Amino acid sequence: MIDYLINHYNYWVSILLMMAGLYIVIDHTNLIKKLIGLNIFQTSVFILFISMGKVDGGTAPILEQGYSSFSNPLPHVLILTAIVVSVATTAVGLALVVNINRCFQSIDEQEIEKIELEEE
Amino acid sequence: MISEANHDLQMAIYASMLVPIAGALLIFLCARFRGLIELVFVGTALCLLGVTISIVNLGADIFHQSISLINIIGSIPIAFHVEPLGILFACVASGLWLITTIYAIGYMNANKEKHLARFYMCFCLAMAAVMGIAYSANLLTLFIFYEILTLSTYPLVAHKGTESAKQGARTYLGILISTSIGFLLIAIIWTWFSVGTLDFSVGGIVEDKLPNNLLMLLFALYAFGIGKAALMPFHRWLPSAMVAPTPVSALLHAVAVVKAGVFCVLKITVYIFGIDLLDTTGANSPIIWVATATMLLASLVALQQNNLKARLAYSTISQLAYIVLGAALATSTSIMGSSLHLATHAVGKITLFFCAGAIYTATKKTLVSELNGLGRIMPFTFTAYTIAAISIIGLPPLAGSWSKWFLVDGAITADRLIIAIAFLVSTLLNIMYLLPIAINGFMSKPAYHSGTIQEAPFAIVMPSCITAGLCLALFFLLSYVYDFLLLLPLR
Amino acid sequence: MIGSHYPILQVVVPLVAAPLCSLLPKSKLPWLFATVISWLTFAISLALLVQVKNSGALIYELGDWPAPWGIQYYIDTIGAFVLVLVSLIASITLLASRELIEKEIAQEKHALFYTAFLLCYTGLLGIVATGDAFNVFVFLEISSISSYALIAMGENRKALTASYEYLIMGTIGATFILIGIGLLYMQTGTLNMLDLKQRIHEVDGFRSVHAAFAFFTVGICLKLALFPLHHWLPNAYAYAPSAVSIFLAATATKVALYLLYRVFYTIFGFEFSFDTLHLGYILLPLSIIAMVISSFTAIFQLGVKRLLAYSSLGQIGYMTLGIALETKAGLIASIIHLFNHAFIKGALFMCMACLLSRLHSTRITDLAGAAQHMPWTCAAFVTAGLALIGVPLTSGFISKWYLVLAILEKDWWWLAVIVLFTSLLSVVYIWRVIEQMYLREANSHSANIKEASPILLICTWLMVIMTIYFGIDNSYPVNMATHAAEALLK
Repeated sequence: MIDYLINHYNYWVSILLMMAGLYIVIDHTNLIKKLIGLNIFQTSVFILFISMGKVDGGTAPILEQGYSSFSNPLPHVLILTAIVVSVATTAVGLALVVNINRCFQSIDEQEIEKIELEEE
Repeated sequence: MISEANHDLQMAIYASMLVPIAGALLIFLCARFRGLIELVFVGTALCLLGVTISIVNLGADIFHQSISLINIIGSIPIAFHVEPLGILFACVASGLWLITTIYAIGYMNANKEKHLARFYMCFCLAMAAVMGIAYSANLLTLFIFYEILTLSTYPLVAHKGTESAKQGARTYLGILISTSIGFLLIAIIWTWFSVGTLDFSVGGIVEDKLPNNLLMLLFALYAFGIGKAALMPFHRWLPSAMVAPTPVSALLHAVAVVKAGVFCVLKITVYIFGIDLLDTTGANSPIIWVATATMLLASLVALQQNNLKARLAYSTISQLAYIVLGAALATSTSIMGSSLHLATHAVGKITLFFCAGAIYTATKKTLVSELNGLGRIMPFTFTAYTIAAISIIGLPPLAGSWSKWFLVDGAITADRLIIAIAFLVSTLLNIMYLLPIAINGFMSKPAYHSGTIQEAPFAIVMPSCITAGLCLALFFLLSYVYDFLLLLPLR
Repeated sequence: MIGSHYPILQVVVPLVAAPLCSLLPKSKLPWLFATVISWLTFAISLALLVQVKNSGALIYELGDWPAPWGIQYYIDTIGAFVLVLVSLIASITLLASRELIEKEIAQEKHALFYTAFLLCYTGLLGIVATGDAFNVFVFLEISSISSYALIAMGENRKALTASYEYLIMGTIGATFILIGIGLLYMQTGTLNMLDLKQRIHEVDGFRSVHAAFAFFTVGICLKLALFPLHHWLPNAYAYAPSAVSIFLAATATKVALYLLYRVFYTIFGFEFSFDTLHLGYILLPLSIIAMVISSFTAIFQLGVKRLLAYSSLGQIGYMTLGIALETKAGLIASIIHLFNHAFIKGALFMCMACLLSRLHSTRITDLAGAAQHMPWTCAAFVTAGLALIGVPLTSGFISKWYLVLAILEKDWWWLAVIVLFTSLLSVVYIWRVIEQMYLREANSHSANIKEASPILLICTWLMVIMTIYFGIDNSYPVNMATHAAEALLK
């Protein structure tokens, strides 16, 4: 049992991070904190990808004598792309928050909702 | 192979739809010139009547020859054909339309109604839809034109644009669209699914493809789905639609719309189910009872109505139930009665509506209780009213007596004595809600004397007198219609 | 032979054009450039459609790298079909957008707007064209991120919060899809869709494959805005600039639906998705709730754009309902409605753009008497509205016919009744608008309102005519859908 837990520790870490991130996105009303939560959530997925490519004792894929076992590089490459996507999302998100702050004088979700309701 | 006759038929059928559409277009184009649109309006009606007569003249050889226009869904085309019921309906509609055009022009001018071009345009489009229904060769075509008729008459009902007109039009559209989509469309798709064809064909297409209880359900879906036949409890739209200007009520709610409804019921009974099937399986019984109830209840409600048009509306509901009942009884005599009633009631009811409009135009009165003594001031209108009322009640020597005769006969042939009695009770009720108006109009003293009241303008009175004359004439001429309807392939 | 490179050109042309567009000077040029590019891609998509029709599904290997290593583009009938749809609507929208954008967006942002538009367009095309699971994620994010920017450009400040909400939900959705892709890769060692299709049967007992399936379902349904994951959509459509509303309403959810077909039919395969894991059990109740609740909600909306957005949610319910029937007929109905609804909703939002350009509001009360001043716009709205309801001789009727027929094939009476009942609800909300337009007297200050500009009207009527044409002669979409469904179920 303990072995099972320890052998799969990479999954536990990413599940923990994923849940923490989602919780922050759902629970917090501060728009910037939400974005941070979103980032944690995405990072957990990156860790999941990276750890699944790793082979115990493996190195980078070098096609030379003496390197017999190596990790799968593809997930790492994919995650490079995903990180770029995540950075772009965060940038757009933050830009939106800046604009929201300018227009509503607030970055608190509930306050903004109140202002919007008054407008109706 | 397109034979000579077939070619003529094709031209004539397309013409009967294109003529009103062309009329509508012309009216749209010369919307600014009032005299011109009136001319176009009457001209269109004349042309349409001509086209209809030319179809009658093609004779019986071309019956049931189908003309396909284009495949809409899979292998189901928009297709048209000619058969006795359709011709009867087309003749009634186009004949009475001509008279109504004159009346409408008189009425709209006398009452200074606005948006005339839109009004006449929608009127023409509605007639095109009626012709489409009359000649439709399959259920899909019928459904398409049925919906077009609903949509094109909506602006007519809402014409006045007042809050009550809008409310009435909303009810009108709401009930007609809901029943047609909620029941009729399901029934059609179901038929397509279980039978594999939607064509109207002699002897019906359903045959033994459905068990009895489902057959009953299907027939009920059709009867209620055709909301224009105003079976209770889906009748509310008819009184609501009375907010429309009277010419609309007259043509659409005494002739075109409601008759399109019962025509669809008749056609589906004869060509989709076949009367033998209904007779042997008993799938018609629920609708027989619903129609009987509608017939009696609507008459009772009519008695309560003080507004003249509302009273006529409920009378229409009751009379439509006659026709549905005749169709549901599914004997050749009752079908004959229904078809004849379609014509005779149309002529009678349009006269009554014309008279109601004439009274409104001359006096601005709409309540039954205000009409006492008016007969002396408006003799032509009230004479026409009396003739039409007696025709609808069904007393000789007026046209309505024949159709009622066949309907009662049909009920007896079908071994349903109670229905025959119900017909007679309903006749008594007819007398009670129609005749007092005429009697009080002539006999009572006028409630208040205002010397300004006089007979309505000529363009309004003349059409009512013509249709009243028709009520009388049809009593003697109905044998021609009867002979023609014998061509119906019932057995 | 350039013809053999169409699959990649379809995506690369707008992708390369997007940054170029941002460099163009402030003038009409960005618009002209974007429009020309969009019509060019439309021509390419047509050529692709012909190729697919003649020689079956196309497989294009990027840089000639063979399949397991390189990225493949895979275009079959449904793909070519959706490509044509998306590119045609983008082209029409861009043609009409110049005037709209000039009114709604500050001059200095014009070039950037068209850049973002082209990027969004690229993303949607890419999702459809690619045959590589990870590529789907990348294109999904390209289209999403650019659409967040597009929506945020709306005049109303609520556009910002709407866009923010979409960003949060959209990112969660896309990340879920990414997790699904990761888990599948872990079990099969491939990202190529055709490879996945082959190998998934060897591993379909593993729990991680089931988990991947679940992540895909939630992620795609979020993008699709299927109830109850729809909350981001109404505001996003309502407050976005008109041109963006038209484009997104007509294409974005359609592409998400395409992704659903791709993932559950091509990758997982029909048997695994519906017989082993019973996707239908989830989709069926959700579709029904979406149809009923959204249509009800639409009735009570004050703004017409929001009303139309809720109506879209209901219509998405029809499309997923077709899938939930788990039959070929249902899938065909779903594809037909995907096609028809794109034009119907496009036309309706186009009418909103016309009204907005003159009345500066699409609140339902501000449309009073609009028909007197803008008869053509209002007539287009009525026609497209009738199509939405499903009146015969419009394409909406065809959709409804095939859907109900597919339902009857399953003998589910109650469902046919519900479907037709919801179309009655659409009568109610469409009629509220029509009544305002035609039967109310116009407000006094609106006396000198003119009809919308000719180019807007032409674009609107182009879409309206499509709905009527495909309502009368529908053999083309129906054949296409049948063919596509057969290929998906193979």
